[in-house]
Amino acid sequence: MNKVVRDAGEAIRRAGIRDGAVIMAGGFGLCGIPENCIAAIREAGLRELTFISNNAGVDDFGLGLLLQTRQIRKMVSSYVGENAEFERQFLAGELEVELVPQGTLAERIRAAGAGIPAFYTPTGYGTVVAEGKETREFDGRMYVMERALHADFAIVKAHVGDEAGNLVYRKTARNFNPMMAAAGKVTIAEVEKLVPVGAIDPDHVHTPGIYVDFIFEGRNYEKRIEQRTNRPARSA
Amino acid sequence: MKSASSRERIVLRAARELKDGYYVNLGIGMPTQVANHVPEGVQIILQSENGMLGIGPFPYEGEEDPDLINAGKQTITELPGSSYFSSAESFAMIRGGHIDLTIMGGMEVSETGDLANWMIPGKMVKGMGGGMDLVASAKRVVIIMTHCNKKGEPKVLRECRLPLTGVRCVDRLITEHAVFDFDDGRMILRELAPETSLDDLRAITEARFEVADDLREMV
Repeated sequence: MNKVVRDAGEAIRRAGIRDGAVIMAGGFGLCGIPENCIAAIREAGLRELTFISNNAGVDDFGLGLLLQTRQIRKMVSSYVGENAEFERQFLAGELEVELVPQGTLAERIRAAGAGIPAFYTPTGYGTVVAEGKETREFDGRMYVMERALHADFAIVKAHVGDEAGNLVYRKTARNFNPMMAAAGKVTIAEVEKLVPVGAIDPDHVHTPGIYVDFIFEGRNYEKRIEQRTNRPARSA
Repeated sequence: MKSASSRERIVLRAARELKDGYYVNLGIGMPTQVANHVPEGVQIILQSENGMLGIGPFPYEGEEDPDLINAGKQTITELPGSSYFSSAESFAMIRGGHIDLTIMGGMEVSETGDLANWMIPGKMVKGMGGGMDLVASAKRVVIIMTHCNKKGEPKVLRECRLPLTGVRCVDRLITEHAVFDFDDGRMILRELAPETSLDDLRAITEARFEVADDLREMV
């Protein structure tokens, strides 16, 4: 068993990502996104892709890079507001978008990885989100049935990973990555630091290696900040 | 009243909704400013739906951490006692009714407590983010918004015209003119701004509301 690959290019080749694939990409905004895998998918020129990702990046970073090159056919997201190219393609009818409430998106992905075909949530009852879906009353409250969201591939980003695929995330860069790692039929993890088996305290593992098929140490992380906000400088 | 001072009044009034020990989720924009006015002696823990409890202040220049942002994608800091978790855990926490209070902006509120705040047909739809989950499941939902839109038209309506974010989900609405509560489909005026008369309020409010017996001045 060897999950370790040299780089993102080798990972997407060995994983077998192809045109038309459905891919989950971790991250919230530009925080915790699999930068190396996105660059490799762009490099490989894969087309007609469906991305399941909370956001769609910005014009020139994150999944925005794949929108620039028209490699994305459909996005499944909860919020796509930071991207002018996205807006242009959407309004021109070139890009399909499925908007899902963020908690429902997270739970649909979790459900897929956990073998739960569907669940009931109060979120979106009585709104357009519930249109065409089964609704049901439990204990006097109305719920909407939501289905698990599956993907052929997941590309996730962690801070530290070991050669067995165990992952540790850092701060709010965790976000959607753990559920996507479990939900992808084939999961690629890119990490800032790849360590030998045994170097991570088993009690500190966030994503157990069973969910990870390929892992590599990423390079040249930009980790761009979307909204740099500061408090006033300390007084001397 | 000028809109800057309207917004300030709304934010200050909303801050009085914060009670000691509350776990609170604040929406993006005006609601985020409520955190700057936590009342004396009140300690709250702020949740960020991208996976954090215990949001600290913005970082000093040069100390930004790209791995540490709030739901508005702004750089933030952690506090002693903060915790991080996945988006699934974050929304389990929300959906499970563990968040005591969410304060969120609104575009329209109806007299039965329906809320619309996520899309305007014909305009680019950006998405609902976590708003629908929060209004469906937080223990208490407080909406803050200006009473009328930029054209001076009412936003407090008999029925929302915009697509809904949630049905009968609003517990309290705070505008620069008034505070309303929603109780089982009824809308009740609780507080009225000092310079606003009841007739003034009715003139700019399409929704039908009852007046509380103990109507107070909004401060």
